[in-house]
Amino acid sequence: MVAVSGPVPGGMLDVLTGFISELRGAGLPVSLTENLDAMEAIQHIPMEDREAFKYALAATLVKSNAHWRAFETVFDVYFSLRGPQWSVDGEDGEASAEAQAAAAEAMADARRQGEGKGGGAMEGLSAEELAEILFKAMMRDDQAMTRAVARESVTRYAGMEPGRPVGGTYYLYRTLRNLDLEGLMKRLMEAAKEEADGGLTPLEERLLKDEYELRIDQLRKEVEAEIRRRLVADRGAEAMAKTLRKPLPENVDFMHATREELVQLRKAVAPLTRKLAVRLARKRRHGRKGPLDFRNTVRHSLSYGGVPAEPKFRYPRPSKPEIMVVADISGSVAAFARFTLHLVHAISSQFSKVRSFVFVDGIDEVTRFFEGVEDITEAIQRVNTEADVIWVDGHSDYGHAFEVFWERWGKEITPKTSVLLLGDARNNYHASQAWIVKEMRKKARHVFWLNPEPKSYWDTGDSIVGEYAAHCDGVFECRNLKQLEGFVEHLA
Amino acid sequence: MTDTKPIAGQTEARFTDIPSVRDALQSVDYLADEGIAGIVYLADRLGKPVLIEGPAGTGKTELAKSVARMTGARLIRLQCYEGLDESKALYEWNYKKQLLRIQAHRVVESEADGAAAAGDGATWQGIEEDIFSDDFLLTRPLLEAIRATDPVVLLIDEVDRVEVETEALLLELLSEYQVSIPELGTVVANQIPLVFLTSNNTRELSEALKRRCLYLHLDYPDLEREKQIVLTRIPDIGDHLADQIVRIVRSLRALELKKHPSVSETLDWARTLVLLGIENIGAEEATSTLHILLKYQSDITKAAKELSVAPNH
Ligand SMILES: Nc1ncnc2c1ncn2[C@@H]1O[C@H](COP(=O)(O)OP(=O)(O)OP(=O)(O)O)[C@@H](O)[C@H]1O
Ligand SMILES: [Mg+2]
Repeated sequence: MVAVSGPVPGGMLDVLTGFISELRGAGLPVSLTENLDAMEAIQHIPMEDREAFKYALAATLVKSNAHWRAFETVFDVYFSLRGPQWSVDGEDGEASAEAQAAAAEAMADARRQGEGKGGGAMEGLSAEELAEILFKAMMRDDQAMTRAVARESVTRYAGMEPGRPVGGTYYLYRTLRNLDLEGLMKRLMEAAKEEADGGLTPLEERLLKDEYELRIDQLRKEVEAEIRRRLVADRGAEAMAKTLRKPLPENVDFMHATREELVQLRKAVAPLTRKLAVRLARKRRHGRKGPLDFRNTVRHSLSYGGVPAEPKFRYPRPSKPEIMVVADISGSVAAFARFTLHLVHAISSQFSKVRSFVFVDGIDEVTRFFEGVEDITEAIQRVNTEADVIWVDGHSDYGHAFEVFWERWGKEITPKTSVLLLGDARNNYHASQAWIVKEMRKKARHVFWLNPEPKSYWDTGDSIVGEYAAHCDGVFECRNLKQLEGFVEHLA
Repeated sequence: MTDTKPIAGQTEARFTDIPSVRDALQSVDYLADEGIAGIVYLADRLGKPVLIEGPAGTGKTELAKSVARMTGARLIRLQCYEGLDESKALYEWNYKKQLLRIQAHRVVESEADGAAAAGDGATWQGIEEDIFSDDFLLTRPLLEAIRATDPVVLLIDEVDRVEVETEALLLELLSEYQVSIPELGTVVANQIPLVFLTSNNTRELSEALKRRCLYLHLDYPDLEREKQIVLTRIPDIGDHLADQIVRIVRSLRALELKKHPSVSETLDWARTLVLLGIENIGAEEATSTLHILLKYQSDITKAAKELSVAPNH
């Protein structure tokens, strides 16, 4: 094609192959075409431009923003330790010398007297002096300095030992605890207030705080990167990549999501609902034939000399379903119920009516919490705190909940209603009352059950999902957003 | 009859390196970061289309326009919408003209009466060939881009709005730079144009489409770049005001809102403040103009509160 900057160096091909297989291991769908594109792309990038190298790989290999984080992690592990020529921020080269010089200067600064030997590294500093340097670096937004302090802190506080089978979060925790970030934040704000004569307005204070938070976050990232770098040195890139492997947001299991993952999941739900709404609205238009499409018919008639031999039709609009969601919100399935409620209400325009019920051993209708609110997260919050769902002891009792449901709302199920039952059907050995589901199905258009547990656990221990399944139109495993999305699409 | 031509030689490289792309973009008032410039550069070198995804108002469409401007190319734009089909995207036969042509033929036929009955079939064949020729073809943006002999940039805007099935229309074009028209044959591009597709991510695009493209996620710019954008687009703004504006916007983007302010809204806000003669933003100035930055009342209320009360730390 066009002039090439240079052939891919010998080892590069292997490194890239290893890198891509690691991306696949992390769940990224890299096709053969993309693999080849990446190879070609890096030939056009000057070898010394590490930043461009990273973007070239991302542009050819990562086709979804949700996968960017996974890409970055693998990238860091892979290329931060392939010798200095593969390190993206060049921290082993000049930047490091720069930081050393800055450290020396800051040391002199910290001691005022300037009796420091100059040029030395940070080892000689006391804990207080190190904290002082960090404080100044934060104040001035001195990134090289921040990085140098992060490294020194890991050396001092993390207590890393070769071969020790401890995860990175442990070291991170130990290091950060010693850096006392909260105290640092307080000091920064106080210094800023002192500096501003006439004091800070609330707005100014807010903006400053946001700025410092970002800087402290940067420090946290530097510490994390440093720990990772040392772990890779100790254990090798492949092993590290494996331990750092995390499920992509759409595959995170509802039942075992960490708090951080839950935050990410919540973020992922918003675009998902938008997506679903658009797609469902579109889908509704397809299907059986509707009225004649005049223009299209004329267009096709031309092949028959102007005779409209092949009439064309528009698509009709089928009627929208009504939904009743009945969700177990006890303990471990709560997260799952939350996302499902969220999703169903967010796309409620796709249904002619949505009603929600939540239960543990008692049951309550919560539709009212969603009416007229703009913020579904807030509604969900209210469901969790205000719904009246405890009857006896707060352990799931599907049988009793269904009985009350049937008595109070059963009449309102019509042939237009789709009933969604959500839960793991772990009934604490209470009576199942499965006959109710059978009766529901007689009146409703569909009865579906969504279970957030892996299929292999169904009907083990006190799970009685099989008893209910016998009377449902379908029981679906629904462990992550991807499966949930798939089901909702199927529904509308 | 078909105007099948091979791609004329190989298209010359348009850019020498990544920094020069960045500079050229800046010269047409588009502030790119290294990632953006790098992908534009690669798009040219690899001859591949770029798929740009990201929130509203982050400069997706503007990037394509700016690349056209900086390369002196003509911008051909296909605005996508639900229901867009081949006849609006690629080409359509001018059926009114075709009908007239057929009718003219009939008139001639009936005048000649039964006399030419034997030659009838051959005549119809001639007509059919005639009405499916270039004269009766209406060129739509995609075909236009393929047939262009002058330099063009093709922008396929908001591609996520078309149905998945319609996406298939694009695949041949995006990988082979050619279009097949059953009645005419295959039309091959004279050159490899730079192609940009934008998406607001309202649905997942097909794997097939993504595989053919380089991918760029355009997020909100960082503080420094957004400030440069403001300074560039609004020359008579002061440095201090620009700085305050982008800081406030950044803080708002960190809040949980229904819709975060986009770059275009930052610019609208900045223009308004300049018009109002404001040089320094206090809580008062900020809250009274928030409606320019935010579109939902609940967001405005929330933001007003956050900006006028000191944070607890
Ligand atoms: N990097 C930039 N440099 C200069 N101006 C920019 C930049 N990014 C955005 N803008 C400004 O923001 C405006 C909005 O950008 P644009 O219309 O391209 O957004 P978009 O991402 O296509 O949004 P949408 O998804 O709503 O179509 C542009 O008209 C331009 O003025
Ligand atoms: Mg746009």
